[in-house]
Amino acid sequence: MLSIKNLHANIDGKEILKGINLEVKEGEVHAIMGPNGSGKSTLASVLAGRDLFTVTEGKVTYLGHDLLELSPEERASEGIFLGFQYPIEIPGVSMVNFMKTALNEQRKHKGLEPLSSSDFLKHMREKKELVELDTNLTNRSVNEGFSGGEKKKNEIFQMAMLEPKLAILDETDSGLDIDALRIVANGVNKLKTPKNASIVITHYQRLLDYIIPDYVHVLYDGKIIKSGGKELAFELEEKGYDWLKKGVAV
Amino acid sequence: MQLCKVMEKDQDKILHEVTQNEYKYGFVTDIESESIAKGLNEDVVRLISQKKNEPEFMLEFRLKAFRYWQKMKMPTWAHLKVPEINYQDIIFYSAPKQKISGPKSLDDIDPELKATFDKLGISLDEQKHLSGIAVDAVMDSISVKTTFKESLADLGIIFCSFSEAVQEHPDLVKKYMGSVVPYTDNYFAALNSAVFSDGSFCFIPKGVRCPMELSTYFRINAANTGQFERTLIVAEDDAYVSYLEGCTAPRRDENQLHAAIVEIIANKNAYVKYSTVQNWYPGDKNGLGGIYNFVTKRGKCAGENSKISWTQVETGSAITWKYPSCILLGDNSVGEFYSVAVTNNHQQADTGTKMIHIGKNTKSTIVSKGISAGFSNNSYRGLVKVTKNATNARNYSQCDSLLLGDKCGAHTFPYIEVDNKDSIVEHEATTSKIGEDQIFYCNQRGIKTEDAIGLIVNGYAKEVLNKLPMEFAVEAQKLLQISLEGSVG
Ligand SMILES: Nc1ncnc2c1ncn2[C@@H]1O[C@H](COP(=O)(O)OP(=O)(O)O)[C@@H](O)[C@H]1O
Ligand SMILES: [Mg+2]
Repeated sequence: MLSIKNLHANIDGKEILKGINLEVKEGEVHAIMGPNGSGKSTLASVLAGRDLFTVTEGKVTYLGHDLLELSPEERASEGIFLGFQYPIEIPGVSMVNFMKTALNEQRKHKGLEPLSSSDFLKHMREKKELVELDTNLTNRSVNEGFSGGEKKKNEIFQMAMLEPKLAILDETDSGLDIDALRIVANGVNKLKTPKNASIVITHYQRLLDYIIPDYVHVLYDGKIIKSGGKELAFELEEKGYDWLKKGVAV
Repeated sequence: MQLCKVMEKDQDKILHEVTQNEYKYGFVTDIESESIAKGLNEDVVRLISQKKNEPEFMLEFRLKAFRYWQKMKMPTWAHLKVPEINYQDIIFYSAPKQKISGPKSLDDIDPELKATFDKLGISLDEQKHLSGIAVDAVMDSISVKTTFKESLADLGIIFCSFSEAVQEHPDLVKKYMGSVVPYTDNYFAALNSAVFSDGSFCFIPKGVRCPMELSTYFRINAANTGQFERTLIVAEDDAYVSYLEGCTAPRRDENQLHAAIVEIIANKNAYVKYSTVQNWYPGDKNGLGGIYNFVTKRGKCAGENSKISWTQVETGSAITWKYPSCILLGDNSVGEFYSVAVTNNHQQADTGTKMIHIGKNTKSTIVSKGISAGFSNNSYRGLVKVTKNATNARNYSQCDSLLLGDKCGAHTFPYIEVDNKDSIVEHEATTSKIGEDQIFYCNQRGIKTEDAIGLIVNGYAKEVLNKLPMEFAVEAQKLLQISLEGSVG
């Protein structure tokens, strides 16, 4: 589904991604871990098409497309969803209006008619239940005045609404209490099908108690320095990252 | 530093992409018109009055205004760069040629004119009106057709062109014209009073709620012509009316002058709601052409408990100079001003309001949302004045500015004069930018940059757009987006 080969990216001349390689297949869940500042969010942004970052080398193939050729909105319509580490507020734009616009734009891209209002509302009601989203949250402006937890839940709600093929969740677990964490993880698990895949970026092993990854990768200083199965997460929890960093330095 | 540069480049790109859209009302109607020679002098003023077959009092009014104007100088206090206007190079009267003069049936109207208004989305055919809006359609110097006049007359409502009102209801015109905006008020008010050619007149008698929206649609068509119209709305005790105004003009390289007056009188318990969507040709991307829009709009809450509410969406014109105001004379009277002003490319706007509190317990609300893009300049200028006897007056003002890109300017000039210590005046102001992160967030959900900007801007202006009548609100939303297309970042 997604194939990243030797990806290098920089911002303002400073290299952040220094040769990333990653293969993600349908039905897989990949966890990416690593210390702060190692480039996890940058990788997510580059995959989503943020042009703040310049790709200097490498290739990314997604469902047979050269991903780097597509605009951010094309990538979204082709099924890439990014759950933001810091969701953005848009004052005055209601969640309902935002989601309706997004969903219908994506449908248009696929040559589908816009959803009727009643179908849209039905779809929304279902997804709200799935992520146990507070009813009146969708009538409020996008992320405006949402608590940290509400913002994260709202990202999962949007993912549920848009039904992506590849979801990249950037520290969706940070700042969540254990109940919220369970709800978020539950949402992710319920949306899992043999056809879609997710990349879960996290700091903490605890999320991986709920979302069982097929692979765990450690990103450090712009490179994936170690990959393994879910046991790697436990090892990291126990030993931290230092033993790996040393390995890199040597 | 480097980072800033990268982001600037992005902004430029987005700005560039979004500002490419063209003004879609820029076409010219090919119709024969009757114009007088260019230039302005006393004979021209007399000629206009004569063409309109006006009673003596009108000619006197015009001449007094003209003589007054001749002694005046163009005001320079606004935050605008206004090129010198050569009044001898402007045609002051131009009318599409018509078979008959005066009120006419649909069949008497030139099909070309009908088609023009159809193209603008304004049907002159009453049968085609589902939404219950009566229209006075004005092209250049004259009113082409007023719809639903007869059915409104059954309720005692007078809705007709200003010229017709002068002929049919001279006493009302004489009583109210100039009572809110005297010709001595300012330079452009004096000019308008001397040379105005048409406009709308509306009178709602005591106790009548006007059952449909009344509207005037102004269209400039002829080249080198100035448009000077005048609107007068009178609501007697307990009357209600909602009034809409729209305007467009062809795309031309030369600037054209528009100087209008709107006067509103609201008597006891009356409520007048006046909404404008101003979309005169704004000029091209490089600032060539466009309308110079100098307008004096003022309402007088003459009676107790009366209310006047201004809502404006200003997207057009190369230069806008406009301050719809309320004189709150009656006790407990209420004045409101809700405004969205968008400037793009090289447009300049200096707009706002004056709320003059004279009666006791008077209340005013000001909500102004400025949006600047491109190389434009957008200023809010507002005066809140509470006179000595206006005990317990209240004002709340909120002035927000939104910037798209970093080559445009937003300015706020609030003036507050309070002579009564039992009154409360509150003022809030914010300035923000559309963030590149907001646009990316929308992009990531599948929304294109242009649509994202439309969404964000409409969200920002929502409080004002919500005040517009339904049919207008949808139009205005689209207009906001179109005005910023090719310009936003
Ligand atoms: N917008 C930006 N401008 C400059 N540097 C950035 C920007 N975003 C990220 N970086 C830098 O890139 C590196 C990686 O950051 P990030 O991808 O956010 O790491 P992580 O998500 O793993 O914590 C950091 O050194 C950070 O300072
Ligand atoms: Mg991060």
